[in-house]
Amino acid sequence: MTPAYAVQDSITMLRRNLRHLQRYPGLSMFPILMPVVFLLLFQFVFGGTLGNGITLGGGRDAYINFVTPGMLLFAVAGAAQITAISVAKDMADGIITRFKTMRIWRPAVLTGHVLGSLLLNVIALAVTIALALLIGFSSPASPLRWLGAIAMLMLLAVALTWLSVAFGLFAKSVETASNIPMFLTLLPFLGSGFVPVGSMPAGLRWFAQNQPFTPVTNAVRSLLAGHHVGSAATIGIVWCLAITAASYLWARHLYDRRPAAR
Amino acid sequence: MADPSPAPAIKVTGLRKSFGEHLVLDGVELDVEPGTVFALLGQNGAGKTTIIRILATLLEPDEGEIRVAGHDVAHEAEAVRGVIGVTGQFSAVDDLLTGRENLALMADLNHLGRAESGRRIGDLLDRFELTDAADRLVATYSGGMRRRLDLAMTLIGAPQIIFLDEPTTGLDPRSRRTMWDIVRSLAGEGITVFLTTQYLDEADRLADQIAILDHGRLVAQGSSQELKQRIPGGRIDLRFADAPGRLAAAGALDVPLREDDALTLHIPTDGNVATLRRVLRELDDAAIDVVDLAIHTPDLDDVFFALTGREDRLALSEVEEEIHR
Repeated sequence: MTPAYAVQDSITMLRRNLRHLQRYPGLSMFPILMPVVFLLLFQFVFGGTLGNGITLGGGRDAYINFVTPGMLLFAVAGAAQITAISVAKDMADGIITRFKTMRIWRPAVLTGHVLGSLLLNVIALAVTIALALLIGFSSPASPLRWLGAIAMLMLLAVALTWLSVAFGLFAKSVETASNIPMFLTLLPFLGSGFVPVGSMPAGLRWFAQNQPFTPVTNAVRSLLAGHHVGSAATIGIVWCLAITAASYLWARHLYDRRPAAR
Repeated sequence: MADPSPAPAIKVTGLRKSFGEHLVLDGVELDVEPGTVFALLGQNGAGKTTIIRILATLLEPDEGEIRVAGHDVAHEAEAVRGVIGVTGQFSAVDDLLTGRENLALMADLNHLGRAESGRRIGDLLDRFELTDAADRLVATYSGGMRRRLDLAMTLIGAPQIIFLDEPTTGLDPRSRRTMWDIVRSLAGEGITVFLTTQYLDEADRLADQIAILDHGRLVAQGSSQELKQRIPGGRIDLRFADAPGRLAAAGALDVPLREDDALTLHIPTDGNVATLRRVLRELDDAAIDVVDLAIHTPDLDDVFFALTGREDRLALSEVEEEIHR
């Protein structure tokens, strides 16, 4: 171990990943465009009807304020999928074997991917927030509450990114790697992201209330709406930290143990 | 003054490795002097790559003591990684970067300063004739260029010991010769080169020491000269038009029939002209027609055959194949 080089080597690997994104932009456009398309779809196609279910006669104006936090989580989940694909692609490459025979900070290959993914998350979130504000999202929240909401989202991004890194290492092929994290993009729908969980049938409602995306969604929604946040933030933070820790250990285990591609 | 008995660059004792129930390395012992070229010769599946992967800290041995530059591979992997460079069988280059960016990546990971890395990148691009292609994406490189870039990336950290796993497999004859020149020049600089190959001529031309690996066991170790001395003289190979001709000749010359080729006879010889003349005269007297005649001096192929006793010979290099055609 040479932890002295942890930061330096991670940044070297980040630069490598950014060059890849720049030369292979198709992959990086996906997590930025997906939430844009879905936000427009939900707001203008479903929003008029769904909004009436949120507040009686609320329509689109009510729905945009309800759905924006859910869409932000959807953006974070979408970016995670790209991480799994790029990690799996990387692992199939001979250069990883070379990295493993060099005296570098060993997790740097992984932290480089994590940093790149977090950058992609920041862009995806910024674009989604800008679009939401443009089509009617309004928030009475103070800058501090905005900061809190973004911190909460980034904490989830860190957790899902490490989870996806582990998925990418676990997958035997790039195709599998792109499929495994698919369920992450479904979780905002099976929670409080798009409709209130109270409207769901009993079994599904129980799942929706207890899965990790729901407290995070609720915390972000309360922060941006200027409501009392309550226990949602604490539960959400604990979920994110637990997922991060478990995923990090799993990823390290897979990276260290797994014999390099050839 | 040099140390009278320098510590070996690589020392392997009692190395064993299995994958599941399949024993791939069975009691391998190696001793590589610093600054020499060492070739591990064997067929596909003999265990060559497994040895490289163990020496390069990519794989853990089941048993045995392995020291690279004096460091224990099991407990001092980081120290080992600090002095080695590895160029694998499949190129370890980044396709989405240019040649120069690949080298810069390696320079950064070796924590070289800006000036130092700029100088070394320039030198290596020159030395490996990649300067013109330096700013093109590696995805556009030919096989030979990739292999050269791969090696340049290995050298940027100024390793003491480099491992080359089948460095010329799949290269055209010209690229192969370029690679040979490079290996020789590395040895000239005092770098220890440990290479694996399935080509006899490659081991013969490059290596100070050769070890022959067969099914996970070392069957011989020594210089090319020493290995060739282990087997008796050469032979004359005679080919006949049909099996009865071959049978008649075997009787006339009093040589045993081997099963490997229905139309060929191998006559042991010390290589002198008198023997050849005698053989031809006896065939003439018996009125047996010879279709083809070849005089064979001992080479590593014979050594391999003599030591492993198997008919499946080592691969001919593409250069040799070219000549044979």
